Amino acid sequence: MSAYAADVAALARKDLLLELRARDTLPAMLLFVVSALTVFHFALPDGSSERAETGLLWIAIVFTALLGLSRAFIAEREQGVLDGLVLAPCDRSAIWLGKTLGVMVFLVLAELVALPAFALFFHPLSWELVAAVALANLGIAAIGTLLAAMAAASRARELLLPLLFLPLVIPVVIGGVGASVAANPGSFLAFLGLYDAVFAILCWASFEYVVTE
Amino acid sequence: MSLLSDHSRGPSLRFGPPLLAAAAAGLLLGGFALAFYWAPEDADQGFSQKIFYLHVPIALTAYACFGWGAWKALRLLWTGERRYDLESYTAIHMGVIFGLLTLITGSIWAKVSWGVWWSWGERQLVLFLILFLFYSSYFMLRFSTEPGPRRERNSAVYALFGVVLIPVSFLAVRIAGTILHPTIFTHEGADLPGEMLAAFCVCLAGMLSLAGALYLVELSGKRIDASLRELKELLA
Amino acid sequence: MTTSEKYVTAAYLVLLGALLVYLLIIALKVGRLEEELADLTRAAREKLGG
Repeated sequence: MSAYAADVAALARKDLLLELRARDTLPAMLLFVVSALTVFHFALPDGSSERAETGLLWIAIVFTALLGLSRAFIAEREQGVLDGLVLAPCDRSAIWLGKTLGVMVFLVLAELVALPAFALFFHPLSWELVAAVALANLGIAAIGTLLAAMAAASRARELLLPLLFLPLVIPVVIGGVGASVAANPGSFLAFLGLYDAVFAILCWASFEYVVTE
Repeated sequence: MSLLSDHSRGPSLRFGPPLLAAAAAGLLLGGFALAFYWAPEDADQGFSQKIFYLHVPIALTAYACFGWGAWKALRLLWTGERRYDLESYTAIHMGVIFGLLTLITGSIWAKVSWGVWWSWGERQLVLFLILFLFYSSYFMLRFSTEPGPRRERNSAVYALFGVVLIPVSFLAVRIAGTILHPTIFTHEGADLPGEMLAAFCVCLAGMLSLAGALYLVELSGKRIDASLRELKELLA
Repeated sequence: MTTSEKYVTAAYLVLLGALLVYLLIIALKVGRLEEELADLTRAAREKLGG
């Protein structure tokens, strides 16, 4: 059990260190999310409701996540490292878990910029929104990592990942926006928790079938 | 493992299609006849309720196809036998066709009932839209991946995700309805009287038989295609 | 025909239309498969010294 945890930690640390040195994905995500929020301001006609603005925040988060995810397996692919990882004596699902944790860290860092920017540009945040974003991060990272691995095997991976990702992320958007604007955020937050649990388990169990040759 | 050797599927592929097609013809014609000539007209909706006997069986058949595809996908991951890939693919292919028909007939029903071609408050339609988008991406996944065990496994895992997405989306659309897009219009009426239920069941059985017959025919076609391609390589 | 009846008929015609389109697609497919099979039979005869 602790060997598994050690594998996961090592893999996650590898991704974060690579990013620390290369410094390409995270700055892009940060800049993208602030640019997107700016575009949204101009896309919203005068007098738009706060609810519409909140909805657009979730869109910004989803597409920023997509941006980060499209880079998720790039490093491995370019250096042929994925085959090496798969041959390594660690459990394949550990690769998924390590990668997912790395993606979550990226998302959290991006949101540390995005949420204050949103509060500045539009309207103050509620704690429900922050809780929803935190819950959504797991779901987005979980399915995103698995789908990125699937797309990496295809010929048109930048095109394919958004297509695979968007239908699956619709429930997350429903849960997130609902929790942010509804009078009873509890049920929406509970739903996000359910989504996270169900899909995380599914991804964890099926990842090995996606990366084996 | 060669696909050529998998053609010995026994009688099911030989007699299955004609039997199911005959069953489909009988059950569907019978069911529709019952729906129009025997079942009473709905008090609230009037004649337009007759679309129910078409739309709901198609929707349920689409779900059945997706479920069947997921089952075959699970078998593929479990046993590794390659024939399950084509079977899963064909089932999902059928599911998407029936899903599209669900959306079209549902839209017509919405138009005649409420005067709009689309309503975000109609939960079934919204759910099917999400599933239709999801399973259409399945095809994109298959078309952009080189044939082989990798594609088979990715498709199978994706098919499993789809069947998990069905209840999750159902729940999501349901809670969304309470606050985001209020369900002003709904078809969920009171319990069906006996005659309506009977006619409906016959139509449902007919639609499932139709899907089964089409599934076997389509599977045959795909298998022949694959075998011919294999032969071509062997003879080249 | 009342408006109701028109829409109901349209819905059922959609099913009929879909089946006919499917028939068309299968007919085209069978034609293609037959042609390919003929080509392969010819190639096999040549190769195996028929």
